Amino acid sequence: MSLLEVDALTVRYGADAVVDDLSFALEPGEALGLVGESGSGKSQTALAVMGLLPATAAVGGSIRFAGTDLRGLGRKAMNRLRSVSLAIVFQDPSLALNPYLTIGRQLTAILHAHDLARGPDALARAEAALADVGLPDPRRQLAAYPHELSGGMRQRVMIAAALLGKPDLLIADEPTTALDVTVQAQILELLDRLRDHTSLLLITHDLGVIAGHCERMLVMESGRLVESGSTATVFRAPEHAATQALIGAATDLAVDSPPAGDSDFLMSADALSVGYPAGRSQRLAAVRELSLALRRGETLAVVGESGSGKTSVARALCGLVAPAGGSVVFAGKRLGATLAERDLGLKRRIQLVFQDPAGSLSPGMKVAEIVAEPLRVHEPGLAREEVRRRVEAALADVGLGPEYLGRYPHELSGGQAQRTAIARALVLRPELLVCDEAVAALDGSVRARLLARLKAVQANTGLGILFIAHDLAVVRQIAHRVAVMYLGRIVEAGETDAVFGNPRHPYTRALIDAVPVPDPLRPAGRNSLSGEIPSPLAPPSGCAFHPRCRWSEPRCVAGRPALERIGGEPRRVACWRAEDPELVTTPG
Amino acid sequence: MLAFTLRRLLAAIPTLFLVVLGAFLLVRAAPGGPFDEERVLPAELEANLLAAYHLDEPLPTQFLRYVGGVLTGDFGPSYGYRDYTVGQLIAQAFPLSLMIGGLAMLLALALGISAGAVAALRPNTALDRGVMALSMTGISIPVFVIAPLLVLAFGVSLDWLPVGWSGSGGISRLVLPVVALALPQVAHIARLTRAGLIEVLESDYIRTARAQGLPTSTLLLVHAARPALVPVLSYLGPAIAGILTGSVVIEQVFGIPGLGQFFVNGALNRDYTLVLGIVVFYATLIVLLNLAVDILYATLDPRIRLT
Amino acid sequence: MSAAGDIGRRLGSIPVVRRTLAVLLVATVVAVVGPALSPHTAIDADFDRILEPPSLSGGHWFGTDQLGRDLFVRTLEGLRTTLLVAVVSSAVSLVIGVAYGLVAGFAGGRLDAVMMRFVDALYALPFIFFVILLMVVFERSFLLIFIAIGAVNWLDMARIVRGQTLSLKQRDFVAAAKLVGVPTPRILLRHIAPNLLGVVLVYLTLTIPQVILVESFLSFLGLGVQAPATSLGTLVAGGVGPLESAPWVLLLPSAVLFVVLLCFNFLGDGLRDAVDVRLGRRDTP
Repeated sequence: MSLLEVDALTVRYGADAVVDDLSFALEPGEALGLVGESGSGKSQTALAVMGLLPATAAVGGSIRFAGTDLRGLGRKAMNRLRSVSLAIVFQDPSLALNPYLTIGRQLTAILHAHDLARGPDALARAEAALADVGLPDPRRQLAAYPHELSGGMRQRVMIAAALLGKPDLLIADEPTTALDVTVQAQILELLDRLRDHTSLLLITHDLGVIAGHCERMLVMESGRLVESGSTATVFRAPEHAATQALIGAATDLAVDSPPAGDSDFLMSADALSVGYPAGRSQRLAAVRELSLALRRGETLAVVGESGSGKTSVARALCGLVAPAGGSVVFAGKRLGATLAERDLGLKRRIQLVFQDPAGSLSPGMKVAEIVAEPLRVHEPGLAREEVRRRVEAALADVGLGPEYLGRYPHELSGGQAQRTAIARALVLRPELLVCDEAVAALDGSVRARLLARLKAVQANTGLGILFIAHDLAVVRQIAHRVAVMYLGRIVEAGETDAVFGNPRHPYTRALIDAVPVPDPLRPAGRNSLSGEIPSPLAPPSGCAFHPRCRWSEPRCVAGRPALERIGGEPRRVACWRAEDPELVTTPG
Repeated sequence: MLAFTLRRLLAAIPTLFLVVLGAFLLVRAAPGGPFDEERVLPAELEANLLAAYHLDEPLPTQFLRYVGGVLTGDFGPSYGYRDYTVGQLIAQAFPLSLMIGGLAMLLALALGISAGAVAALRPNTALDRGVMALSMTGISIPVFVIAPLLVLAFGVSLDWLPVGWSGSGGISRLVLPVVALALPQVAHIARLTRAGLIEVLESDYIRTARAQGLPTSTLLLVHAARPALVPVLSYLGPAIAGILTGSVVIEQVFGIPGLGQFFVNGALNRDYTLVLGIVVFYATLIVLLNLAVDILYATLDPRIRLT
Repeated sequence: MSAAGDIGRRLGSIPVVRRTLAVLLVATVVAVVGPALSPHTAIDADFDRILEPPSLSGGHWFGTDQLGRDLFVRTLEGLRTTLLVAVVSSAVSLVIGVAYGLVAGFAGGRLDAVMMRFVDALYALPFIFFVILLMVVFERSFLLIFIAIGAVNWLDMARIVRGQTLSLKQRDFVAAAKLVGVPTPRILLRHIAPNLLGVVLVYLTLTIPQVILVESFLSFLGLGVQAPATSLGTLVAGGVGPLESAPWVLLLPSAVLFVVLLCFNFLGDGLRDAVDVRLGRRDTP
């Protein structure tokens, strides 16, 4: 008998079927992957299994758990199964934990509810569960509130809570999407290690996550199951277009050759520092004496985890924050620190695309007005027809037809909104485009199309692109060169192929190892990093990476290695052991 | 916690100073002195009177004298009630106002939170719509309309409860004033509780708690109660102000010799020291109560740090 | 402005907003025009017909009061006073609140901190007592009432506008506009103001019933408008005396006051829903 049998499941809201005639089974001990883009119905499936759909949802079909029809159970009977037989981990741990209760209170409530333990017993079990998921000092964490923990720690608590009742089935709904890549690897490893005999239904949009951790997988599109089979088979020979698109989005690693070498730099930053006031007397140093340079027609990616300072670099270059030190030279001239100190002519030459597509468009303006605004400012004399023609052309460049001109931002999808934002940035034909996580909020297939558009524009106009991102797969698709940031400094920089193919800094190495590879035959995303990125308010001494580095030595604590060229390569690395063959060859 | 309280107390001092200064100047700017209405006094006698009340000194000196007095609990003599000091009048009237206001507040919290919670747990049912319609009615009827209506219904037509203060009423004479004072606040609190609880019940962390199979009682009492009450807590300040304001009318309608009654009479009789004293007293009270609300707030929400 | 039009269209589609606006419009017209059309006046006493109960045939639709004055005309006069005070005082609080909030929010930094400290301090004050003090100390006039009541009620508006401005200022679309070089006045006009419009409208609507309450409260205590002018609060106070023998003297003006307050409260609720939708939290799929 299968542990979970879903038969002809349908979930409707009004006339819309978000899950449509879905059938699948999950065997005891199995790890099953459920993949699809946002809106494909995968999370709704999870909620249906847990019996958590809102009252407005009309559900059809059957869900059987160990032979029991879950849909026929009353609320109390269903409650008895939860935690003990069925458990779920949600996407965003910062929202899924109650901010008003201590971790201990939230864990013991589960034990009390299911009569698993009481009093000091319950506390001891909660503490043991926190220790199991690798929380340092679990006794102290029992008294902590969720906001006192980092994102990765919160997700560990969620997993501890889900496994507290030793369930037979664990549903993990995008458990790592809200986390940094090195933390993601840690959490996935934890799920593998802890689930033991527990079956796993792993829901994700990221094929790489499935590849390393599930034997079998299902692919959903628009509420329907479009493909299923063993992970190896599906990856080798994807049949459905949706699967092909998902795999394509994740594996397309074509990198163009960078533009010819020694042309003048379009933009260069020298010893750039950015800081923010934090609290009464402290100052948060987000970027520390950072130097980088970009040629015309080139894409330079700046990568790093959240807290690395990469967004601050983007904002300082654009003049949105005043740097605390250093200088930026653009097209041979030193740039003013803030926008107020830059003249209008300069403003049209540097443009920025933000991460949140909806947030960067004025909610009360139509697409036509949004894209036309830069033209009105910079070419006030332009005839109406000419403005319209230029706006339409800019929209066409990003693949939006004239039917979008009259739309408001809230009538656009995420991808359409981001394309509008890019059209606004490109309508003045800037020379430098800064993209701050510009595709992070988009689904894989939308992202791939948008990146292709950007490349096409670059090929036509010689645009220089500074691409800020945390997603290495995306960076591989678009960047000629890459700079890896850690706690406000660049630790490694060079040609994308060289850096990714042969990383020389332990942090770069760990980042690359941690990326889940969408290939079931290659080892899964490994976790060679312990812990999380420290607070930039109190960076470690010496090399800031040393507390997490497995090659750390006394000299790393005492002094900071400079970012230097190694072995005649054009690459620069900030590590004493950059040329140590052991670092390069030892598996992580 | 202690440091936070002390700091907030210190921060309240300039506020209170401004209150005293503003009220003092307003009163002094009033046309006509306290003795104008009496028959014309001999100049010498008037000078003596003014000197007795220190009204012949320059304004800054008078102000400093007043502030000094207030700090030691001395609000000066009442111009209207010649045999009493303002302090004595406040001490005599305030306990009654406090009792009625306090009871009204407790009633408003108990009724409002229960009604709001009941509505939130059965959203969009007839029960919910009924509670919401009633509370919409409640916030749209002013206290000074409710009070006579209650008198008309329960005092006159049904003759269940005493309507006045004088005579022997005992506890029952408290019922109508307290209910009249509480009703608008009940309505506000019910609306806030409902909105707060509905939002909390839709939150991700309640979904998590549901997924963990917690019984409804745990869900509500352990997980939802605190966050759902935060909006109610932030309304406590305005609620206190509303009850203070309402008490002025209620005491008038029911003839209760409380502080509000003294205030209105003092205002109409130009008994400036009394009016000034009551304003300063109420301002201090409100500042302290708001401080208590802030501390409560911080104990309820762990993300607010008491620094 | 497209944003205003958008809100307008959305409002028109909400039945409760349409209905309350219709009621308020009718009430306003009747209050302004009604007294002139009636054969009675608000101040003519007729001691032969005191406390006459309401009747359609007897000529006094709402009956008469203790002095034999026609209660219908007096109620309309009171309604007119109440609406006038509501509109003017709300406008006063609107101007003060929006200006104060915009300056604090857009300036930010130290100025903002000082300005908001001041507002916090004012919040802690028993304002109604100050208004009473003002009424007692100075000669009562409409002007004083407008200003006193408006000056009491601007704090909420200032806070809301300031908070909204502050958060709008940090939004990406404002940064995007700055980046292109859009001049500051145009940013305020095109990117910030339209997004403030909604909340300002909501809070304005929520301010009006508060203002009406304060005015009728003062008049009830005999500290508001002075005879021969009348307001709904004055009329309610006048109805308390003959409560037992002639309840209509209390009930009819009270009912009118209740309906007006109810309409504004419903309107505020409807507006808030409409604006919340427009500012839409769309991040949850």
